[in-house]
Parts: sequence; structure tokens; C-alpha cells
Amino acid sequence: METLNCRSVIENPCTMCMPMGGILPFKGVAQSMVILHGSQGCATYMRRHIAEHFNEPIDVASSSLNEKGTVYGGEKNLKSGLDNLLKLYNPSLIGVLTTCLAETIGEDTDMITAQYLQERGLTDFPIVTVPTPGYGGSDFEGYWLAAKRIISALACKTKKHGKINVIIPNISPADIREIKRILLLMKTDFTLFPDFSDTLDSAFVRPYQKIPNGGTEKDDISAMPGAAATVQLSLTVTDTNSPGIYLEREFGIPLYNLPIPTGIGNTDLFINALKEITGAEIPPVLHQERGRLLDCMIDSHKYNFAGRSVIFGDPELVYAVTKTCIENGIFPVVVATGGKASNLKRLLQPHLVECPIETQILSETDFAQIRVKSMETGANIAIGHSDGRYLTEKEGIPLVRIGFPIHDRVGGQRLLSVGYTGTAIFLDRLTNTLLENKYKNYRRSMYEKHYQEKKAGERHGLQQFL
Amino acid sequence: MAAVKITDLPVIERENSISIKGKQKKQLKCDTDSVAGCVSQRACVYCGARVVLNPITDAVHLVHGPIGCASYTWDIRGSLSSGSELYRNSFSTDLKENDVIFGGEKKLARAIDELVAKYRPKLVFVYSTCIVGVIGDDLQAVCRAAAQRHGIEVIPVESSGFIGNKAAGYRAACDALLSLIKPADSLIGQIPKSINYLGDFNLAGEAWIIKKYLNRIGVTVNVVFTGDSNYESLKNTARASLNIIQCAGSMIYLAQKMKELYDIPFINVSFLGLQDTADSLRKIAAFFNDQEIMRRAEELIKNEEAEVKPVIADYSDKFVGKKAAVYVGGGFKAVSLIKQFAEIGIEVVMIGTQTGRKEEYKSINDLVNDGTVILDDANPSELEKFMLEKGAHLLVGGVKERPLAYKLGMAFIDHNHDRKHPLSGFVGAVNFAREVYSTLCSPIWTLVNRG
Ligand code: SF4
Ligand code: SF4
Repeated sequence: METLNCRSVIENPCTMCMPMGGILPFKGVAQSMVILHGSQGCATYMRRHIAEHFNEPIDVASSSLNEKGTVYGGEKNLKSGLDNLLKLYNPSLIGVLTTCLAETIGEDTDMITAQYLQERGLTDFPIVTVPTPGYGGSDFEGYWLAAKRIISALACKTKKHGKINVIIPNISPADIREIKRILLLMKTDFTLFPDFSDTLDSAFVRPYQKIPNGGTEKDDISAMPGAAATVQLSLTVTDTNSPGIYLEREFGIPLYNLPIPTGIGNTDLFINALKEITGAEIPPVLHQERGRLLDCMIDSHKYNFAGRSVIFGDPELVYAVTKTCIENGIFPVVVATGGKASNLKRLLQPHLVECPIETQILSETDFAQIRVKSMETGANIAIGHSDGRYLTEKEGIPLVRIGFPIHDRVGGQRLLSVGYTGTAIFLDRLTNTLLENKYKNYRRSMYEKHYQEKKAGERHGLQQFL
Repeated sequence: MAAVKITDLPVIERENSISIKGKQKKQLKCDTDSVAGCVSQRACVYCGARVVLNPITDAVHLVHGPIGCASYTWDIRGSLSSGSELYRNSFSTDLKENDVIFGGEKKLARAIDELVAKYRPKLVFVYSTCIVGVIGDDLQAVCRAAAQRHGIEVIPVESSGFIGNKAAGYRAACDALLSLIKPADSLIGQIPKSINYLGDFNLAGEAWIIKKYLNRIGVTVNVVFTGDSNYESLKNTARASLNIIQCAGSMIYLAQKMKELYDIPFINVSFLGLQDTADSLRKIAAFFNDQEIMRRAEELIKNEEAEVKPVIADYSDKFVGKKAAVYVGGGFKAVSLIKQFAEIGIEVVMIGTQTGRKEEYKSINDLVNDGTVILDDANPSELEKFMLEKGAHLLVGGVKERPLAYKLGMAFIDHNHDRKHPLSGFVGAVNFAREVYSTLCSPIWTLVNRG
């Protein structure tokens, strides 16, 4: 039962489906909207999930395929869906994502949308199609495929301009804002994509905007081929889905493929790459922030050393968090992703040799297995999204929330974990969780371990802890 | 680039799904397919079926389909259990590309085998999702074979998403329940003065509260559909002498069937709000035509009302002149919310549902004041437009509607399946008033309105 790969059932999924991930990059393009080609339910579930995490209205349309559309083809539904979407939202770009149903009945969204634009005389209007059958991959794959398709649909040969492309994985709006701050400190001129730092964490304004302001401008995406370099924050994306590799192969833009800058080592990589590309010196404030992070790591190192972590979620985030844990002696005992994450193991290997304990790496796993492994290995801190709350409820392993989705706490969109400062904040969250657990339990556990005088069956000495 | 500017709002196909009380005589269109591209707030057939069956605590709920459908529905409901926790897991056959091409029957059979070996359930529900309907897996056959192999009940739930909306899912769930509650021959006769309580999912313990009331007046609750129910209790369904239905949208079909098959009469009740709760208790007592039950019911109502009425009145004083908008899943909830708001002095100025039925829209129309906007299967643009135009201060809705209300600077009441406090009965009425107070009277709105 334990070798998951020969199991036929997933118990409590640790992954979401492809179109869910595909929606997010579109939310990072200015004035864009998404329509899912398929049945209504998928869109509703995904909207609900995303809305709970960001606490923002998430408008995603559906072609609402019914029985007829499923049998005779959904062309009519998709076309009238596009009509209505244009009427209601007046977007300047539309993403058309498929779902399991549309792919299973073999819908050709490229053809339908091309025809549609022709028929409506809108041949200049950008529609970006992304084939995202839910059964074809996880939300992680959907995210990257959508990001790549947006770029490949919009990119045009452009005169060289000195800007650099910064391509963002599925991190929090607060993280994106921090990365922008660092880019500005490094005096970089940049195009950051997808930028959902405002759209998915928008300010309260009046009047209400159906499509919130913000997002990467279409024209800026079109001009990405003129950049001096691309910095892409994803080591785990496959080559076929990698926007950075696309820009390199098609337009010869040098690619710096880096991890998410969480952890001191990862942040160094990011800042040094910027320094290398722009030739700019690292400003004193960043040196100071780095020094402060080191100071924080020293202050906490003994507490951290007691940590045995189980880390799960999106492979890119899992990679960055695992490295951060290793740097701080919160040695990972279980590292898990629900999707394939084919290169995660290889990427982590060189860092894991520094760990004095063994680390189990699970891919295509589920929470039933993560739970078993966590208990076997004596994990005492879980790090990942909200679905790991079961580890707390069932096994008492405290959960530090990071990533997507966070639906049982507020503020997922405001969680800051990148850069030197963000890392320090994140590390404090980890250390304090370990401390909290220690304070909660140490009186009782010392008593139970060492107090001898109690007679068999006598309980009253424990009164003080109850 | 050609500028796209099509501004003739709203979408014409939507016109018949919106009406204004007193303005026109036309019949509101409901129970139609959602209009494509309109960002409907509706969920799917599977969602409807899962909502109804999920609270059955000791069943394995296995989703036959790709991973997403199971992932988004893992333990998102607040139904409580006094026993097994098995229902809180989400099991999926995790269909992949290959399964879509070659069919998923074998995988499904293996999945059931593995789950039975690990959890030893007496009951397995297998939900079909959209693509299962298309790839042509014979769910019935696989379930039948598995049931025989393991000597347990394995019930297919025909909930492919595209065959309709949430309401079709209620139907699918009721069909599954019917095949489960078929009385065994050995079943001994009816339990006197006993009822089945249909359409309470024990969110935050709501069914427990009502059960306590009914016990106090001398009525036995045989089984609740489906809050905190289990295999054994459901098997005894046919022994009750009366069915009471709360959430009619999901359960009326089942009640009608039980009348037909087992001759159990049914009455509609509602335990939302003071008046409805009192009326319902009286209705039940009257049905049994038993002096003692009636006396006890009156006593209970008197005592409970004496306790909660002053508390609610204190809150109501703070709501003078406030207006509410309502957008919820079913018609039953909508109808009772109008009454609940009336009880605390708040007028409903806009009201809609995802899947309300014709009869329910009629009751809504009868209850609201002239000028109230009534809509079926609304989208965010319509909600925004009408809430602002009608000057609503507060919206009642689900998770997706919450951020919209907040972005519009409006108070919000969560009326969905993951709520953590009960809204039923006399206690529920107090909770409701308190929740309205906590959101309507928060200092945040003074700040927001100051700009
Ligand atoms: S695939 Fe069908 S059953 Fe699954 S969520 Fe989508 S609409 Fe519902
Ligand atoms: S897995 Fe497929 S069917 Fe299920 S929600 Fe995702 S896209 Fe829809």
C-alpha cells in the first residue's frame, strides 16, 4: 500500500488541476480575462479556490457546456461566451483555457477562436489559447504553460532595449512587490511578468473596478524579445513549458534560470545575477539587509536545529523552502509534491548531502502518504499550503503556511518570504512555530520523562499542566 | 489594434432571468442553462450531489474523474459528525490521459478494492464527473461487481457535470439514497411519533440543535438526511412515521418518492428564524395530533423565545433603515432569509439564487416589497449593478460573493456550507442577528465612508 505508484486511488490530493494554474498568469496581464472552455462547475470551483486565497473577486467565465454542446461540439457555446465576455468586461486580452471535458471531446480552440475573430472583424484582438486538460498535469504545469503561451502569442521581434525580463512563478503578491523593490534598488530597468501583485491584492478603491488595475502591459510583453536578458525564477519548470527557454531559443535572449529568492543562498543568486547583467553595484541597503538576515539566522540557529520539517506543494516553492530549511538546520525529513516534478530530486540532491539525516522525496503523492511518512520520520514542523492542516489536526504537527492555496487563514496574498528581508520574516515564522510548540509541551514532557516519585496510577501531580 | 467597445449591458439572454417586483407581470425564467461567458456563480451536478451525500459520515466518497474535481471539494463543508470521520477524506481515481483514451473502469475497480481493504466501509459512493460521462465507463457495472466482490454496498452517483446544474446533482444524490434505503424484509414496523428530518446537513451542528428540540417535545428523530447520518441509520429510514423537509430544493424529490414507495407522508418545515422555527414545531405537533406533544411544543417555544427575543431586539435596534441583498444557492434559503431579515427590521432589496425553483420564486415574489430586484443565476456584474442601484448595505452569499461585497464597501453574511456557527433554531436566530451586527456595525465602514 505504501508504494504510491502502484496505487489506483489518491487519498486527499496534494495538487490541483492544470487550468487552475493556467488562470493565474492571465491575472497578471493588464486588463485581461479568462474563459474556460468546458462545463460550468470547473470554473466555479476554481474561482472559489482562488477567491478564498486572495480574498479578491475572481471573475473567470465558462463556456458552460451542456449535454448538447458535449455531444455536438462546443463551438457555439465558446463563441457566444466570448461575445458576452467582451460585452460584460471589455477586456483587452482574453485567455481561452480548456478543461478535461473540452479536451476529451476534442475541441480545437485555436480554430474556433481564429474563426470567431474573423467573423466578428476583430482580427487584431489578442486571444491566447492554452490547452489545459485537468488530467494532463497539475496546476504547476498549467501555470507555466499559460505563461509561455502568453509570451509566445504576444512577443514580436523588437529593437534591442536595455531592459531585462523577469519571469515570476506562483508566489504571493507581497513577494512580487518585494522583488520589484529589489530590482529598483539594483537600478534595473525591467519587464516583470506575470505581475499579479496589484490585480490579486488590490487596494480598496471607489468606484469598484470589474478588472482591477495593474498587471503587465501587453505592449511590454510584446517587447520582451528586445531585452538584454531574462531572469526566470523557476528551476523546476520543464523546457517545453519554460518561457525563458522560449525567449532564448526564438530570440537569443540569454537566460538566467534561478530559484525563488527565498533563503540567503537563493537571494544571493538573484542579486548576483542582477549585478552581472546590469553591472550595477549592490547598494549598501541590500548589504545591510543581508547582514540582518545573517544575524537573524544566528539568533535562531539553536531553536531551528530542533526542527524536522515536512515540506510540500508546488515544486518550485518546495525547492526554495527546502534549501532555506537546510541552511538553517531545520532538516527536511519529507519533501513532497503532488505533481510529477521530474527534476526536483536531482536538483535537491547536492544540497541534501549536507543534511545529517535522511530525506524522503515523494512525487505524485497525496496527503495520506505524506502523513504516514511524516510520522515515520518524526517530522515536527510542516511547511506548505492549507491542505496540510490535516497534519496538525490528526498528528499535531504544526503547519507554517506558505504558497497556494491558503484558504483557512487570511492574508495568503500578503505573506512575504523572498529577498533577505522576506527570508528573515519567513524564518521567524518557522522558528516561532517551533518555539511555540516547545513552550506548549516541555513542562509536561520533562515531567513525564524524568519525574520519578510518582506512584503507579497517581495522576494528581500532573494537575498543573491540565 | 481595433478597440473593442461593446457597451450594451446587460447581456440580452439574461433579461428574462431578472425581474422587478411590481414592475412587470412576466414570469421569471429559472432552471435554464447558464449563459456562456457570463461568469455564472453556479456549481455543477457533481457539486450538488456531493453536498447532499457528503455528510454521510461512515461512507467512502470516491470521485471517479481527474484530480481537480476531488481536490476542490476536499473537506470544504462544515458538516459535523458524532462518529466516523471517513467522509472528510477526498478520494479520487485521478484519471490521466491514458485512462481517458483507454477507459477508467479497471482503475476504478482497483481503487474501490484498495479503499475497501484499507477502511472496511459498509458503503461506498462513486461519483461520476464530466469526462466519465464522455469516455463511457460503465459505472453501474463496475459498482455492481465491486459490491458483490466485497459484500458491501457500492452506489454509483450519476453526477457528470454537464448534464445540468447543481439541482440535477440533488436529484442524482436522491436516487443514490433511494437505492440505499430500500428496506430489508426483516425491517420491523414503524416507530411511533418518529420522523426523518430531510435537508439538514448538520452544518456547525444544526441538525443536533433541531434534534434536541424535537426530543424535548416528545418526537423521535429516526434519521437526518443527511447530517451526521451513517449507513445503519439510513438503512432504517422506512421506519419513520413522518418526513419533514427543510431544504426542499435538494430533498423534495426524495420525500415524494418515499411517499410513493413507503407511504410516509411529508410536510415542509424551516428552522431558520424565530417565526419559522416556532411554526414548524407547531406544525409537527399538529401532525401527530397529540395533546402532550402540542403542550410541550408550546412550552418550549415560550421558554426559548423569552430567552432570545430580548437579545435579538437589542441587536435590531441598531439596524434601523438598513437594506440587504441576498444571493444564495437554493430557493429555500432565500425565502427564509427574507423572513429572518424582516424579524430584525431589515428590508431585502435584491434577492437571487443559483438554482431556485419556480414555486420558490413565487414565494419570494409574494414576500418582498415592491421594487425588489429578483434574479436567477446572476453574475457578478449584475450583483454589483443592482446592489449599488438599490443601495444595499449588506450582502448574504457564499465564498465567491464575499470579496465582491467587501470591494464594494458592503457588509457580508456567510451563508454557505462551510460556516462554523449554526443558524438554525432559536440559538441560530441569535447567531444570525449577532453576525449581522458584527459586520454591519463594524467601525471599518465609518473609516471607509470617510474616504
Ligand atoms: S468536471 Fe464536471 S464534475 Fe468536475 S468540477 Fe467540472 S463540472 Fe464539476
Ligand atoms: S480536473 Fe478537469 S474536470 Fe476536474 S476541475 Fe479540473 S479541469 Fe475540471
